[in-house]
Amino acid sequence: MTLGRAASARYAAFLGTLAIGLATIPLWAPRFWIYIATQALIFAIFAMSLDLLLGYAGLPSLGHAAFFGVGAYACALLALRDVDGLFPLLLVGGVAAAIVAVPIGALSLRTTGIYFLMLTLAFGQMLWGLAVNWVSLTRGTDGLIGIPRPTLLGLDAFEISLYERGAFFILCLIVAIVTFALLQMLARSPFGKTLEGIRENERRMRALGFPTVRYRFAAFIAAAAVAGMAGALAAMSNGYATPDLLYWTVSGLALVAVVVGGARSLIGPVLGAFVVVFAQLGLSTYVERWELILGAIFIAFVLFVPGGLVGLVRRA
Amino acid sequence: MDVLNLAHGSFYMVGAYIAYSVVVATNSFWLAFLVAPVLLALLGAALEVVFFRRLYRHGHLAQVLLTFGFTLVFVDLIRSQFGPTTRSIAPPPGLGGAVELFGATFSAYSLFILGVAIGVGALLLLGWRFLRVGAVLRAGVEDKEMAGLLGINLPTVFTLTFAFGAGLAGLAGVVGAPEFAIYPGMDASVLILALVVVVVGGLGSIEGAIVGSALIGLGYVIGTSFFPQFAIGLIFAVMAAVLIVRPSGLLGRRS
Repeated sequence: MTLGRAASARYAAFLGTLAIGLATIPLWAPRFWIYIATQALIFAIFAMSLDLLLGYAGLPSLGHAAFFGVGAYACALLALRDVDGLFPLLLVGGVAAAIVAVPIGALSLRTTGIYFLMLTLAFGQMLWGLAVNWVSLTRGTDGLIGIPRPTLLGLDAFEISLYERGAFFILCLIVAIVTFALLQMLARSPFGKTLEGIRENERRMRALGFPTVRYRFAAFIAAAAVAGMAGALAAMSNGYATPDLLYWTVSGLALVAVVVGGARSLIGPVLGAFVVVFAQLGLSTYVERWELILGAIFIAFVLFVPGGLVGLVRRA
Repeated sequence: MDVLNLAHGSFYMVGAYIAYSVVVATNSFWLAFLVAPVLLALLGAALEVVFFRRLYRHGHLAQVLLTFGFTLVFVDLIRSQFGPTTRSIAPPPGLGGAVELFGATFSAYSLFILGVAIGVGALLLLGWRFLRVGAVLRAGVEDKEMAGLLGINLPTVFTLTFAFGAGLAGLAGVVGAPEFAIYPGMDASVLILALVVVVVGGLGSIEGAIVGSALIGLGYVIGTSFFPQFAIGLIFAVMAAVLIVRPSGLLGRRS
């Protein structure tokens, strides 16, 4: 979205305030809420990757959680084999997801709309089935447990344990901010604009000479890689990787996050992710019927506020 | 109807739980058999009029999102009412035993399920092909404006069809209840299978749904016998293959 100077300044101020506000959380929040906020940030990264796919490329995927799960398992498998080091583990999560995304994307992108939706659902469920049944690799429904968090840097002087209160949260915040910045740049770049053009009218873009399938494929791989990275963070955060990370309902919840927050904005899915995760983990401590509330909120948004939270602001 | 309803599994689940409640209260399976589809049809009609109507023109994604929201709501309502534990009910007296057929033993209830399925399938097939209702529905989905111009009250037809579908799902829930476990997450498992069947058999085709369910059902059982590890994956591989090669399904109407 192109904003005027004043609106841009307000947007930047909002982002800055949000980032700083989040950064202070470890200082005042109880440990449980730091944990929830960490989960929310991880889910936010996942949701942003889905926004790239859905909001910008116009590809509704119900199988995106598969990449999240693949990233988690890849990180888990390496971490359990004593691979230490944050960057290698994150990288492996992203790369593993990207590799898996190549055949899936190649096959799924031959279709659009509802068929793409169902095909991605099918592939996502296939991978879930694989996670459940390939017991020798994934330990089935027991999952991979006891995943250690990596050490930050090799330098003894700066050694900060990721188990310290708030340390992992700050790490996730940094990754989230960097991801947001990179995706924002991508969205505003010629590639991003072309993608949006393809979403609006693929035939015309093809007539103009753009290799539309290649663009969508690139977006698909990129989104998968980011999702995989988020999955790696999840594995490190929780200390385990289980097949339910790949189940289609996780993809569904990510869709909820994107829609409630507002698609095609990147910051919307972040807000939406916080709504979803806080409803799931936070609300459930106070209210038993959190799923009902979240479902009702979601239904209300789909019917009356399709632009999401960001849409409300845009209207104002 | 060209509507993608992820909450259809929830209708099945509600049907099963209604069966459970009725059986616990009155000990009569047959009462549940009658009551559940009717209640579900009413529920379906109400949902269609209040919510779904608004989304027909917004496309499939909006429907997916809305109905996904409904699954969350339904699961929680069920869980709050019945708790998370798995329930079960016994088959009705008379259908509980085993039957000898062609030298092999079958559970009488399985044969009952088969009978109901054949009956419902035949009914739907005949209705779709030969009754006015089927023709009206086919016309309405093919070309909404034209059907309206011809005097067909499409909104009512859609409501009734949706209600009928919900009722059938409820019936399936009742029939399936003595055979399968009743628990708050059962909607997700049945929905996925139903989606696979519909995709493989063909969107918009009753014959396709019948063929698809036979194929998938057989395939799943055969798959579990030979490669138990990947039977689930096999089902989805079949679905993926069909979607790639023939997106409208084996007997689908459109691509």
